[in-house]
Amino acid sequence: MIKTLRNAFHSLFLLELIKGLRLTGRYMFAKKITVQYPEQKTPMSPRFRGIHALRRYPNGEERCIACKLCEAVCPALAITIDSEEREDGSRRTTRYDIDLFKCIFCGFCEEACPVDSIVETRHFEYHFEERGEQIMTKDKLLALGDRFESQIAEDRAADAAYR
Amino acid sequence: MMELILYMVIILLKVMAIVVPLMLGVAYLTYAERKLIGYMQVRVGPNRVGPKGWLQPIADALKLLMKEIVIPTKANKFLFIIAPMLSIGPSLAAWAVVPFSEELVLSNIDASLLYVLAMTSLGVYGVIVAGWASNSKYAFLGAMRSAAQIVAYEIAMGFALVGVLMAASSINLHEIVMQQSGGLWHWYWMPLFPLFLVYFISGVAETNRAPFDVAEGESEIVAGFHVEYSGMTFAVFFLAEYANIILISVLTALMFMGGWLSPFQGIPVIGDTFLGESSIVWFLAKSAFFAFVFLWFRATFPRYRYDQIMRLGWKVFIPITIIWILVLGVVIAAKVSYVTLGVWTIGIAAAYMLFNKITTKAGA
Repeated sequence: MIKTLRNAFHSLFLLELIKGLRLTGRYMFAKKITVQYPEQKTPMSPRFRGIHALRRYPNGEERCIACKLCEAVCPALAITIDSEEREDGSRRTTRYDIDLFKCIFCGFCEEACPVDSIVETRHFEYHFEERGEQIMTKDKLLALGDRFESQIAEDRAADAAYR
Repeated sequence: MMELILYMVIILLKVMAIVVPLMLGVAYLTYAERKLIGYMQVRVGPNRVGPKGWLQPIADALKLLMKEIVIPTKANKFLFIIAPMLSIGPSLAAWAVVPFSEELVLSNIDASLLYVLAMTSLGVYGVIVAGWASNSKYAFLGAMRSAAQIVAYEIAMGFALVGVLMAASSINLHEIVMQQSGGLWHWYWMPLFPLFLVYFISGVAETNRAPFDVAEGESEIVAGFHVEYSGMTFAVFFLAEYANIILISVLTALMFMGGWLSPFQGIPVIGDTFLGESSIVWFLAKSAFFAFVFLWFRATFPRYRYDQIMRLGWKVFIPITIIWILVLGVVIAAKVSYVTLGVWTIGIAAAYMLFNKITTKAGA
């Protein structure tokens, strides 16, 4: 009886509500944590998983040997590979497509690759304007690899001890 | 004939002098809302359009102007178009009798409090008509909810105002403010403290604002009565909602916070300086404070459940107002001054708070 009366008075005097208002009132003057994105950026891990790239050896030879481990491990079935024997007798891909609309950026392809060929770069600011552009063909992936090679190599070196 | 035209033109100019700043106020209230809620959530809010985001409301208005107005096929076209007008009409019309300072008022009619009550109640028609004309289940449910809520809180609001008119023995807004002159402790918020709280909270519920915004509960009924509205028709509902917020803030300032009166009136030293002068500045400051509290509420409280809203309106607010009208009647009959009643009210509230603080500390 006393307790219900007390509770009634408690809610009548809006004590809890005033507490809530005080809290938000305090936060109004708190330091703001917004990151003004295009101008400011948050720090990024060397393990960041952005858009994919195919790497080359320093002599210009592509690393990929068409073992299709990445295609097998891909949980989203985003990778399609066709391969053929090249004139010099080595096995190479004739087609290496990643559908970025299917890709979930899990990084398994990167982990599965025995020759460190397919990698995920730290580049994530890209867009598509036409249908079909989301299919990353072998040429596009190799071009990305050439463009970001220095950073890719740096990140692999930084992470080498843990791999 | 000439005189009539001149008279009309002058009235029209006066109306413009109220409506234009009001519309600007509405536009920047939306900006203030986004900015303030952002600040309370440790964000910075809109800051891209123009310096510090000052042009954001203008960009929003332009966007809404350019958008297509979609009328659902099976909607009642006439009612669908007329509903936003029914919504904004009364909320602008109510401003006709609002006294901004001792001389600044469009029309100082005798029953202005009654007129304001009538106009704010009319706003619900816009909501119901919009919900019905849309021919959409969500819109209809939203309209029903909002109508039931407004009707419930209208009563508590009306009773709170009965207290005010008993205390002032007038239903003229100008007279009500003048009755409060004499400094901070003569304003009605002290003797009518419970009614003041009931009035303001009912006002929040009336305008369908958080935490009483079940009429537009996103998770349940998308956006309530205006789901089917787009472009300018939506913008008009939006304007009406914010104009109502400003109106409720203004009315609270007028009826419980002494309108344009200075809080330092009658104090020996400060009262003689410019701070003691009553002017529109005080009025605007008080109204702005209440508008701020509206936004503060929205940033703080989670939404009420629907049955709790009804419980609060019918079972808590109406009894409180009736009890306080009784107390006020006794005080008036016994010829006790309002200041005494005010001091007792605030004193008891403060004593309870203190008592509560001490006992909870000992208990916990």
